[in-house]
Amino acid sequence: MKKYDRRDFLKLAGIGGVVFASGLHRLAGAADKATGANTAYDDFYFVQLSDTHWGFEGAPNPDAKVTLKKAIAAVNSLAEPPDFIVFTGDLTHTTDDPKLRRKRMAEFRDIVAELKVKNVRFMPGEHDASLDKGEAYQEFFGKTHYSFDHKGVHFIVLDNVSDPAANIGEAQLQWLGADLKQLSADANIVVFTHRPLFDLYPQWDWATRDGAKAVELLLPHPHVTVFYGHIHQEHHHMTGHIPHHAAKSLIFPLPAPGSQPKRAPLPWDAAHPYSGLGFREVEAEIKTTEYVITELPVQKG
Amino acid sequence: MKFKSYGFFLIVVMMLYVNANTAQASAPVAEQVIKITSKKFDYTPNRITLKKGVAVVLELTAGDVVMGFNAPDLGARADIIPGKVTRVRIVPNKAGSFVFFCDIFCGSGHEDMSGMITVIE
Repeated sequence: MKKYDRRDFLKLAGIGGVVFASGLHRLAGAADKATGANTAYDDFYFVQLSDTHWGFEGAPNPDAKVTLKKAIAAVNSLAEPPDFIVFTGDLTHTTDDPKLRRKRMAEFRDIVAELKVKNVRFMPGEHDASLDKGEAYQEFFGKTHYSFDHKGVHFIVLDNVSDPAANIGEAQLQWLGADLKQLSADANIVVFTHRPLFDLYPQWDWATRDGAKAVELLLPHPHVTVFYGHIHQEHHHMTGHIPHHAAKSLIFPLPAPGSQPKRAPLPWDAAHPYSGLGFREVEAEIKTTEYVITELPVQKG
Repeated sequence: MKFKSYGFFLIVVMMLYVNANTAQASAPVAEQVIKITSKKFDYTPNRITLKKGVAVVLELTAGDVVMGFNAPDLGARADIIPGKVTRVRIVPNKAGSFVFFCDIFCGSGHEDMSGMITVIE
């Protein structure tokens, strides 16, 4: 497999992908959580994979048994390893059978163990967690919401799926408020979550019922960016000054919001296998003081 | 005396008639009730036709687990708890076809659990 050179990403983007410069903020002078003082942040990048739906079988992806493995190989072939890798939910495809759910999670865990980069962050999607309030997920992957710091950026993982009604919930919102309170006003904050925190298209349930409360807590901070999954396509939206970037899936693409009567998977294109699927790198560049997002295919065609 | 009694009887009958008509005019018109049952993973019925501006009450019941009913274009949503009747009043103010769906993740067929409300002029 060809090695992806980071500089090639821009060229690839010109062909099939999209580079989305969020027009975010300066990232120099990121807040240091421990001291509260502003410290320069180091240039780095991470990889976002989403909606792998391990266990899915069906016509929308006749290659489902190998798609995740190919994606892992593609990430491993990146010329420069990312600082960390994040999976933004729907690791597994839902099942009503708790035993099968755990089997799928175990298989998923074993497949992603092949990633060369060992700093891997997870969060659940509704397919993983909504039927048992995250019980099986936590057995395999730990907490469903948490925060961590990396090179001057504060990352927050929000769980909007363990409640089957798609609420973040008061307890977690209080935790979010307390977490944000520890940061300086100008901290660089990145939020990972599964469902959109805003009403993207409620007719297809592309929303979080109390997502506006989370956005309200985040809004006083001028440097916040949200990355999420769920909608199986690239999408960019602003709520006030906060950009929200949805990622492609690694199982099947879904139609653009409201573009057809039903939220049905787009059919598999045998002439262009894996079209509409992919993962992304997110680069925090000190020089451009932006996040640069590059969409990547599962395999180079 | 006989005439007086007859006249009194007539007056009473006429008053009753007037009262009855007045009562008819001011009584609230009974709103149409539509019963919808939900179970994994469908609604019955899942196609409903309503008239613009005419109020209806949906009586929602769930057979197995907690379900949701969400018709965002009509501003109607509710949790449907098994063993209870959940009532949702709708007065459609626009014509068209509007989706409703389960917004409480209920299992492997959840994402296909939906229906359509058609509002006619």
